[in-house]
Amino acid sequence: MKQLLTGNEAAAEAAIYAGCRYYYGYPITPQNELINYMSFRMPQVKGTFIQAESEIAAINMVYGSAAAGGRSMTSSSSPGISLKQEGISYLAGSELPCVIVNIQRGGPGLGDISASQADYFQSVKGGGHGDYHVIVLAPSSVQEMADLVYDAFDLADKYRNPVLILGDAQIGQLMEPVEFKKEFKENLPPKDWALTGAKNRNKRVIKSFYPVKGELEVFNAKLQSKYKEIENNEIRYEAVNIHKADVILVAYGTSARICKEVVRKSNHLKFRIGLIRPITLWPFPTEFIRNMSERARCMLTVEMSAGQMVEDVRLAVEGRCPVHFYGRTGGGVPTSLEIVKKIVEIMPKNKAAKTLLQFAGVK
Amino acid sequence: MTEKIILAGFGGQGMMLLGKLLAQAAMADSLYVTYFPSYGTEVRGGTAVYHLVISSEEIFSPLIEEADTLIVMNQPSYQKYKEMIKPDGLLLLNTSMIKFDYLPDVKIYTIPATEIASNLGNVLVSNIVMLGAYLTIKNLFSTENILEQLKISLSGRKKDLLDINKQALERGMQAINSLTV
Repeated sequence: MKQLLTGNEAAAEAAIYAGCRYYYGYPITPQNELINYMSFRMPQVKGTFIQAESEIAAINMVYGSAAAGGRSMTSSSSPGISLKQEGISYLAGSELPCVIVNIQRGGPGLGDISASQADYFQSVKGGGHGDYHVIVLAPSSVQEMADLVYDAFDLADKYRNPVLILGDAQIGQLMEPVEFKKEFKENLPPKDWALTGAKNRNKRVIKSFYPVKGELEVFNAKLQSKYKEIENNEIRYEAVNIHKADVILVAYGTSARICKEVVRKSNHLKFRIGLIRPITLWPFPTEFIRNMSERARCMLTVEMSAGQMVEDVRLAVEGRCPVHFYGRTGGGVPTSLEIVKKIVEIMPKNKAAKTLLQFAGVK
Repeated sequence: MTEKIILAGFGGQGMMLLGKLLAQAAMADSLYVTYFPSYGTEVRGGTAVYHLVISSEEIFSPLIEEADTLIVMNQPSYQKYKEMIKPDGLLLLNTSMIKFDYLPDVKIYTIPATEIASNLGNVLVSNIVMLGAYLTIKNLFSTENILEQLKISLSGRKKDLLDINKQALERGMQAINSLTV
């Protein structure tokens, strides 16, 4: 049955469906519906809900219950996610599965409470210290929020790695019909590494500290081979209207929705616009973007930031075609008309591109 | 079919619920719908605005650049959002709380929603009076569908409020016919 939920509520319910029974949070706009939902829903499924004394406490509670083998989750928004970075590095270093939701708001600093995509670097390039990656999933609708949060718990357990859901204030607050179609998980198989009490078995160790010279390098090599495996198996993206496209837009999350509108507007024109929407931001669909760049005249990355993902697009394209950028910051959300204007600007000699403007209602 | 509606009023005037009832009715009719509430620093008494898009096709941006319909409850919201109505768009306003001007290229409908709700005995149902008026003008959903959504919203502790809300809906449906400008 379909329900009308906000992205925040859908994320919470999807976690419950996926068997998450440990949630720790601390309030911050624009993700408060998530923690609010968990506060009444967790007791209904005999789970644990704690409103922690701080974001830092919450992420370390996640460390504790993840080490004990439970499916665990925390959520916050940009400034709160910054506070959690030490904990995330420790979780990655201890190979503990968990799900972290970041409903991004404007930054830097306390910023504002409007939608933003300015935490891309923090999400995919580390955030905390050390050579680590978290798997980063970027939903662009409420239904996809539910689907990705559900999958995130499986991915986290499969690779013993934290998974970050990168949403924004718009996805978090937006209400859309959503359906939970997958299995309601309750009794998950035990984990053969979890700290469950060593009576009648050998002890297990969860740690990220390797003080003996050489040990850490061996451990890091193991981590890197795990990341390689994730890159080989888990890349997800959506491609729209991509073949024979003159311009390929690259965007994720909320920006990608607006780009889809531009693609639709161009559908009946001679001038073709395509869209690549990365769903996993790490691992990034590098190879696919590279292959497509050989066919397109140029690419245009659209973000609600001053230009972050565009660097990964350029690394993928390696100069095969020009890569342009259009972005809004500080709570600004691009409009389809702004994107059309940018396309005309980067293709000044293309007459067909100008027909787009007419279609968009500009004389 | 695509209907882009901006709803605005004081926090506490029930615009959130009005939009949600329409969104749920759309969902029940298997239409696409996005409902984007404002979540700023609004408090009771501040201006709250909601973007509701209902369509037979997939909806991309939930933010409305040009509204087919603007439903406004109070003067500040009217002043702030009247420019967002597209040419030949529809403006539905609560004349109990708004002094309006003639707007070229806009179909204006008026209803004293706050007054009607007060006469029914509960000023809080002024939003449902507006809903009734809107349904009569646009006729997007059946009355049965809307009543079903009202029942879902007013279950449990709020069950006793169902009757007055039904009355408010009916009064809104009737009153708008006689007050079309």
